[in-house]
Order: sequence, then C-alpha cells, then structure tokens
Amino acid sequence: MIREFAAIDVYYLLLAARWTLALTALAFVGGGLFGIVVALMRVSPFMPLRALGAAYVNVVQGIPLLGWLFVFFFGLPILASVQVSSWVAATVAFSFYAGAFLGEIWRGCLQAIPRQQWEAGAALGLGFGEQLRHVIVPQAVRVAIPPTVGFLVQLIKNTSLGAVIGFVELTREGQLTNAATYRPFTVYIAVAAIYFAMCFPLTQLSRRLERRLRVAR
Amino acid sequence: MNYRFNFRDIWAQTDFILEGILVTLALTVVTMLSGLVIGTLGAAARVHGPRWLSTMVAAYVEVIRNTPLIVQLFLVFFGLPSAGIRLDAMTASMIALGINLGAYSTEIIRAGLEAIPRTQVEAGRCLGLSGVQVFRHVVLFPAIKVIYPALSSQFVLIMLATSVVSQISAPDLFHVASIIQSRTFRDFEIYAVVSGIYLALALAMKLGFAAIHHLAFGRR
Amino acid sequence: MSLVELKGVVKRFGTNTVLDDVSMNVERGEIIAVIGRSGSGKSTMLRCINGLEPVQGGTVVVDGETVSAPGADLRALRQRVGIVFQSYNLFPHLSVEKNITLAPRVVKGIDPGTARELALGVLRRVGLAEKIDAYPDQLSGGQQQRVAIARSLAMQPKLMLFDEITSALDPELTGEVLKVLEQVAAEGMTMILVTHEMGFARRVATRVVFMHQGRIWEEGGAREVLEKPRTPELATFLDAVLH
Ligand SMILES: Nc1ncnc2c1ncn2[C@@H]1O[C@H](COP(=O)(O)OP(=O)(O)O)[C@@H](O)[C@H]1O
Ligand SMILES: [Mg+2]
Repeated sequence: MIREFAAIDVYYLLLAARWTLALTALAFVGGGLFGIVVALMRVSPFMPLRALGAAYVNVVQGIPLLGWLFVFFFGLPILASVQVSSWVAATVAFSFYAGAFLGEIWRGCLQAIPRQQWEAGAALGLGFGEQLRHVIVPQAVRVAIPPTVGFLVQLIKNTSLGAVIGFVELTREGQLTNAATYRPFTVYIAVAAIYFAMCFPLTQLSRRLERRLRVAR
Repeated sequence: MNYRFNFRDIWAQTDFILEGILVTLALTVVTMLSGLVIGTLGAAARVHGPRWLSTMVAAYVEVIRNTPLIVQLFLVFFGLPSAGIRLDAMTASMIALGINLGAYSTEIIRAGLEAIPRTQVEAGRCLGLSGVQVFRHVVLFPAIKVIYPALSSQFVLIMLATSVVSQISAPDLFHVASIIQSRTFRDFEIYAVVSGIYLALALAMKLGFAAIHHLAFGRR
Repeated sequence: MSLVELKGVVKRFGTNTVLDDVSMNVERGEIIAVIGRSGSGKSTMLRCINGLEPVQGGTVVVDGETVSAPGADLRALRQRVGIVFQSYNLFPHLSVEKNITLAPRVVKGIDPGTARELALGVLRRVGLAEKIDAYPDQLSGGQQQRVAIARSLAMQPKLMLFDEITSALDPELTGEVLKVLEQVAAEGMTMILVTHEMGFARRVATRVVFMHQGRIWEEGGAREVLEKPRTPELATFLDAVLH
C-alpha cells in the first residue's frame, strides 16, 4: 500500500541518522585502534613491520568498501561458526577499512615531524618509545586533527553502504521510506540533505583547523 | 571452523566475470574522462569565472563532497524519473559517477592552479611571453605536476567506487558477483574472488599511473 | 684511560666512505676544535661518538663503553655524552623548562620540583634564567642555542659535542653563544667542537684537529696547527676561512 510522504517520514529519517552516527562512532573507535597500530608499524625502525603495515594499507585501499562488507558479512560466520548480526559485521568491516585510512593519515603526520626531532630525543638518551611519546606524538597530534576530522566526513558517507548488508541506517531507511511512499525524489533529497547537515559542518571545521595550523607555523 | 571452501562453481563463471570486469573498466574510463572535463571547466570557473559562476561551482562541489555517492546515484536513477527523465541503469551510473568525480577533480585542479605563485606568472610576462605562452609554459606544466598525483589516486578511488552501481543493477563486476552468489550460494568465495580482482585492477592502475608519471616528469 | 678513543674508525654511506681510518684520543678536560671543509666528515665523526651513526669498521670507546659494539647501551652512553646541533633542535611544543627537564624526568626519573631547580640552575649558567617559561619560538636564535646547551648540561654529561653551533646565527648573536661555550670550557668540561670560528679555536682549544676527505689530516696544539700548517690542504683551508 502506498502512503503519502509526510513530516513523520522526515522524523523517521532523522531517527535513522542516529544509527549512521552510531556506526560512524564505532568505526572511528575501532579504526582508530587499527590506525594507531598501522601508523606506528609504518614508522618503526623494524623493516618487516613497516612492510606489513604498508601491505595492509595497500590491500584495504585496493578493494571497494562493498567488497569488504560482504567479505566480512559472509566470512565472519565461517571464522566464528556462528551467524553474526549486521551490527557486528559492519563494525568490524568499517573498523578494518577506516584503520587503513587513519593509519595512512597518521603516518603522514608522524613523518611530517623533522627527523632532527627524533634525533634530539635520542641524543638526550630517550628510547624509541619515549621519543615517540614525548617528542613526536605531541607535535604530530596538532597536525593530525584537521585531516582526521576530514576523514570523519568520509566515514559518515561511507556508512551509507552498510545498507547493503541490511544495516538500517539513514540510506536504508530512505530505501524503506521510498518503498512505502514511492516518492523517490523527495525521499532521497531529504536523505541527502540530512547527510549534508552532518558532513558540511565537519568539513568546515576541518578546513578552519587546517587554516589555523598553517597560520601558526 | 569446519567450512568447506569451494571455488569450483565460481571457476565455471569465468566468462561472466570477465564481462563484469569489462563493464567496470568501461564505466571507469567514461567516468575519468567526464570527471576530467567537468573538473577542468569547474576549476577554470572557480579561478577565473565571474563571481556568480564561481559561487555556483563551489556549491556544487560542497554538495557532492558532503553527501554519499550511493544517494547521488539513487537520486539520478530513482529520483529523476519523477521529473520525467527516465534513464537506464548504465546511463544513470555514468551520470552520477561523472558528476561525483567532477566535484573532486574541480577541487584538485583548482588547488593545482592556485599552487602556481603569482610571481611566476609575472616573471613570465616580464620575459615577454604572451598570455597563452605563460599559461602553457609557466602555469600548465607545473600545475599538472601538482595535480597529477592527487588526480590519479582519485581515479583509482572512483574505479573502486563504481562498484556501488551494482545497487541499481548496472551489470558491473560487483553486480555480476551478486548474481553468481544467488546462482551458486558460494557467498564468501565469490566476494573474496571479486575483491581480489578489484585489488588487481587497482594495483594495475597505480602502476600504470606511476609509469606515465615517470615518462612525463622523468626522475623526480 | 682516555675519555674518548677512536681506533681506525671507518664510516660509509653506501659506497661513499665518509670516515676513513680515523683514530684519535681525547683526555678528560681537553677541548678539541675540529676544523675542515664542508663534507670532510666532521659531523659524522661527532655522530659516531655518541652512537647516532653505526660504524663499519674500527672501534669507538667512550668512558670505557664500546659504542661500536653491537649490543652497546647507547641510552646510557647518551646520558653521559651531550650533543648540540647547528639547528638547535629544541622541542617546539615544550617550554624551555620542559625542554630541559624532559630527559632528566623521563630517563633519570627526577621529581618535578627538583627538575625545575635543575632547569633554573643550568639556565643561569647560560644566562637565561628569566626565560624558563618561554617557548622556543619566543626566543632569538642565539637564545635558543643557549637553551639547547643548557638542555645538554642538565644531563650532567662527562663529554659535550658541539656541531657548528654558531653557523646558523647572525654574527651579533654568535658572540653570546661563544661566551657560554667558553664558560662551560672554563668549568672543566671535556668538549669536542666543530667550528669555523678560528679565533675562538685558538683561544679556547687545547688541541686542533683538521679533517680532510674523511681523515684526520693534521692535529696538534692550537697555535701550532693554525699558524704553521704543515700540509698544503690545511694552508689552503686556513687561507679560505681567514679571508
Ligand atoms: N645520512 C647520510 N646519508 C648519506 N650521506 C651522508 C649522510 N650524512 C652525511 N653524508 C655524507 O658524508 C659526507 C660527510 O658529511 P658531514 O660529516 O656532514 O661533513 P661535515 O660535517 O664535515 O660538513 C658528505 O659527503 C655527506 O654527503
Ligand atoms: Mg657538518
């Protein structure tokens, strides 16, 4: 039965946007953990670790997110021998995916700190971990914030693909609303507008932070 | 883990998979070309155009970059018919992908143009070069050098992103995967294989772009 | 036993031999000025002494510790050997106090109260006690370099290495840094300093070492080396820097 697209539908879309944000937050936390490990691997003095980190990044970034979603959705049950919910599959897949991108961003920030800073730390008797913790990371964090916020925008948009494994977030809710009202143009404009409202402020923030950083130099 | 992997059923579908690869490649090439055209025009409008045009292009770029590709695709494919414009899945895909890549290319090319310091242009004029000559020798080549790396990685990203057209049943590699999945019920296997194919395509593109870069810009 | 013993040290970057059979002993309390053309291996020699660069041949022994041995405790060594670079290399995100006390706190584990006292003490020695809460970008080049010296002093090293520490400074700032160096020397510190300030070398150094093409080409008392060069290479070099 086809019903009219009404204010209540916008309300439901907004409610669904919460799941978009929730998945983004989970993926950001999970991806952040992967990302830290990857970034550290890639600046480590130990060659095999660097190579492994690079391989992870290249493989993750060389496969469409849709591919990862399905591989995890169908692969996790094989690994765990139990059915997993789309929540679990999506969280794992997105974390895995975001980890490569965040790792790459953060590696760049770590490497933006001049080699002489590492050396000055070493010359004072600090070990690798201490140089990292007290000298490099505090400086790299400032550089890292703008691109990290920028990546959050990518992540929010990417969660829209969670719909394909049945994760009900904003885009999936849009599809469901469209099926009920058959007003695709209106529905998807509303969906796009909600994404825009979530992403645009972050984009602006990222830009402003970056400008401030450039001025501070 | 007592799952028995079975890739044999998928082997039987090789021709079908190849067709999918061709569609994906065709989509990628068309998108790259249209994205490049839109991006060049967009960047020119942003940098040299009248104010109203520059603002409009800026708005286009922001809207596209702050909304998901899949929603853009749905709007073109499902939304436009209610405005009387009916498109088949392939056409809708090409339009949505081109518009999407166009926005990113506009930004990349604009940044490249703006990376050329004004003093360089003035120096060129002082040497007696004409406007066109300055553009060719002082602006264009250095700008391309700045633009090329960002643009080529954007091209690889869009190749991977073409996979979303499977969601409106355009017959690309990923859609082929979902059909094979429903034929063979080898869910994991088919998506693993197809993911591997995308990875190979992405690596091939990266290598190709690196080779072109090497030829065009030499060692450096 | 000498504080520093280099025996037949060879250092290569790829196929480029940068130190070629370098041998030298430095006694406690000595002040060695290392001179030579750019690229002659002066910095590399300093960096080998505190283990920032591994060597391909020979041995480096500092204060009884064989730096060039595979399992050498470089961290312990570096607490006893300070190095100051041409480019200061202060930590821009830390105040002067924190720059100075980072290593004492982290490596030696001294408590914050003692740390501030320590910072004040070394800052007085370089004449910058009032800058204890400043950040590096609020200081002039000369002041930054003096903080870098203070940071090194705070580890109470037995040996200090200085690599062209006034080369990046304007002439009017060079004087203040050299004055600090001279004072540290007067306190009895063992120092090896790479410098282009010939007047300073003559006044302060107990010995001058001239490096050329990765070798110690000439060495001896400051007067003797600077006034009576025995080789044409040194004569040419001195001619170039003194005019
Ligand atoms: N990290 C390095 N990698 C490769 N070559 C180096 C490196 N550091 C120094 N060199 C080379 O070693 C030689 C000596 O350098 P250096 O010790 O810095 O000379 P100096 O301090 O006397 O100017 C130079 O030819 C330089 O190019
Ligand atoms: Mg040097």
